[in-house]
Amino acid sequence: MSEVSKILKDPKLTYAQQVLALAHLAENQDDTLALEPEFEQALAERTLCDLGEGRAPYRPRYILPDYTKLMREGCQFLELTPPQDIWEATNTLLIFYKHVPSVTSFPVYLGNFSELFAPFHKDKEETYKALKLFLQHIDKTLTDSFVHANIGPCDSEVNRIILTLTKEMQLAIPNITLLYDPNQTSDEFALACIDCMLATSKPSFANDVMYRKEMSDYAIASCYNALKVCGGGYTLPRMRLYNVACKANSVADFFERVLPYYTQLLLRNMDERIRYIVEESNFFTSNFLVTEGFVKRENFTGMFGIVGLAECVNHLLGIQNPECGYGHHEDAAKLGTRVMDAIAEMVNAHHGLYCEGCGNRYVLHAQVGIDSDGRDNSPGARIPIGAEPQLPDHILWECNFHKYFVSGIGDIFKFDDTWNHTQVALLDIIKGAFASGMRYFTGYNADNDVVRVTGYLVKKSEIARLDQNQASLNNVTVFGQGARNSGKALDRRIYDESAHQ
Amino acid sequence: MKAPINKIIPFSNVDGPGNRCAIFFQSCPFACLYCHNPETIHLCNNCGACVALCEAKALRMENGVVIWEKDRCVNCDKCIHVCERLASPKICYMSVDALVQEVKKVSAFIRGVTVSGGECMNHAPFLCELFQILKNQLGLHLLIDSNGDCDFAKEQRLLALCDGVMLDVKAVDQTFHKQLCGRENDRVLRNLDYLLKQGKLAEVRTVLLPGCDGQNRATIAYVAKHIGNRCRYKLIAYRPYGVREAGLQAFGRQALNQQELKEYERFAFQHGCTQVTLV
Repeated sequence: MSEVSKILKDPKLTYAQQVLALAHLAENQDDTLALEPEFEQALAERTLCDLGEGRAPYRPRYILPDYTKLMREGCQFLELTPPQDIWEATNTLLIFYKHVPSVTSFPVYLGNFSELFAPFHKDKEETYKALKLFLQHIDKTLTDSFVHANIGPCDSEVNRIILTLTKEMQLAIPNITLLYDPNQTSDEFALACIDCMLATSKPSFANDVMYRKEMSDYAIASCYNALKVCGGGYTLPRMRLYNVACKANSVADFFERVLPYYTQLLLRNMDERIRYIVEESNFFTSNFLVTEGFVKRENFTGMFGIVGLAECVNHLLGIQNPECGYGHHEDAAKLGTRVMDAIAEMVNAHHGLYCEGCGNRYVLHAQVGIDSDGRDNSPGARIPIGAEPQLPDHILWECNFHKYFVSGIGDIFKFDDTWNHTQVALLDIIKGAFASGMRYFTGYNADNDVVRVTGYLVKKSEIARLDQNQASLNNVTVFGQGARNSGKALDRRIYDESAHQ
Repeated sequence: MKAPINKIIPFSNVDGPGNRCAIFFQSCPFACLYCHNPETIHLCNNCGACVALCEAKALRMENGVVIWEKDRCVNCDKCIHVCERLASPKICYMSVDALVQEVKKVSAFIRGVTVSGGECMNHAPFLCELFQILKNQLGLHLLIDSNGDCDFAKEQRLLALCDGVMLDVKAVDQTFHKQLCGRENDRVLRNLDYLLKQGKLAEVRTVLLPGCDGQNRATIAYVAKHIGNRCRYKLIAYRPYGVREAGLQAFGRQALNQQELKEYERFAFQHGCTQVTLV
């Protein structure tokens, strides 16, 4: 059966998913983007991965429009005037969202809801109704869990309405992050967010203090990607560190020959991909987002992704049992740090193309993995599922590695029911984690239907539909199914009241 | 000065408000029939009965003393099950400084430390030294979890350093208390009044027992009247997990059901207690 036929006949695909799949197929048949033969070989041997960006990138991977401009000035191309009330505000945004491209063709950033709706909030009941319809519309039309909204850092009635609706509606879309700053976010608001997070796996917590120091005007998009607002990320190819480590015949060989080779190969590919998007595709010359100034080219950067730090380190140290390696052992911590120092040094020394707003540098990203990674490469710098240490050790270990990943890193913590009754204890832990250098914290209750798989949210009940050969409206459910089957992503350690099993 | 430590739980959400480090001391003057951790009651007398049973070779006898190697231990708990003395070879004698180092590792993540046991008040002078550092250097919220058999009126210095005592009142009936715990309860009841007066009572706890309705009600009525709105009363359902054979024979293998528990909660409210929690 031809690839086209497969798409047309698959009972698990909705019509919209078929159209997207056909578009991807077409785009990947093009070979306009020049690839070095060494890069093609690296793709084939799975040391490097282009994360489905193909050979004809015609838009930046992640776009974070300046929605405050839309609310302030409207949009000429879409013939939208500045909204005057909560109904116009939600309507304006819903129209605009449908015209924000990305690698998934859905907007990966919906704006900071607290900011966007504050001026239009007059009556509690009216805002509640408007936002309920707004969230329902998003879940049923932007059918992709990489669609992401931000709230906070300050408390407001709008935020409380969003939390009430999020808990009540139990939807996988959109992903939500609280920009958490202990000096601006009250404990009451943080606790309300924890209550909602345990019940429906969102919002997650981003360390606003840490991010703001590095990047003014950032937002969290897609899974947990920190990028500049009015900009975004051009591209996110990745290095599978375990596969790279397997190419080395010693630790010295890894650092002297293998790691620099693949790092430079990936950096050159990023240069070429970005050059193509900026110079060849029409996005930066004719898309209304650019011509009207909703995004500026200089606010984009390239994201250098890694997965499998844990397995890379364990392999280089000759450790077979993951419970004795990365996440547990002092030697593994030291070697992990050495690997990250080496990668960060090379990435920082590289003059990035078209990323003036980021100091002409690409940024490191701890990629959350894809289902085809299996168990060979754990997401980013995470400790492998099944080898998680006690909660304090888990968090302290992670804190050591978060500093490297300016464009995002985070782990997922799964809690038992006792934490529902002691949410203040969880707030203590988040405060401690952020004070100790953690960028991002997310968790959920073991019994939820909406669960966080690796970075995105899916409903377990929707995965069950796919298992029965039925379609799921959410494009991402299939990734959740794959990650469950091959990556054991739903089998994380459950932390009980004493934070250990 | 060193004290026998049975266990340190770096993050606990069930030993007082917020996230806390809980430190469990070994040895207890009571030997409650329903104790969940009966191996914390006595100190090891180095009889060595456990050593030969240890398949992981984590236990050995050295100069008449049982030595436990933590790194080899697989926590099969065979040593604990064979011990007729209600003791454990798996404890560490730790100095105040060593304990402070353990707490410091997680001090950013916790709002307080709870000392428990066994009976931590068996080691009151040690607690005084420990609390002085935890309070003055780390500014932590400090709670004592106690069975109330000591005389808190004689522990003024320690009470001044701690933020509250979580006191067990296991039974108000003198005879029943002695059957249940092996000791009288007069000091417990004196401590209840004393700690209330000092403003140091953080919580009172009573385990509710199956088949002992009269005793349960007598204790609840007494405690509820005494504490009123001044502190929280935690009513804990008896659960058979970890309970030794004598306890299982006395109270059975069933936990109290939710309906019975709710009825006791109502009873506590009726007798004037305003903050009742069921566990």
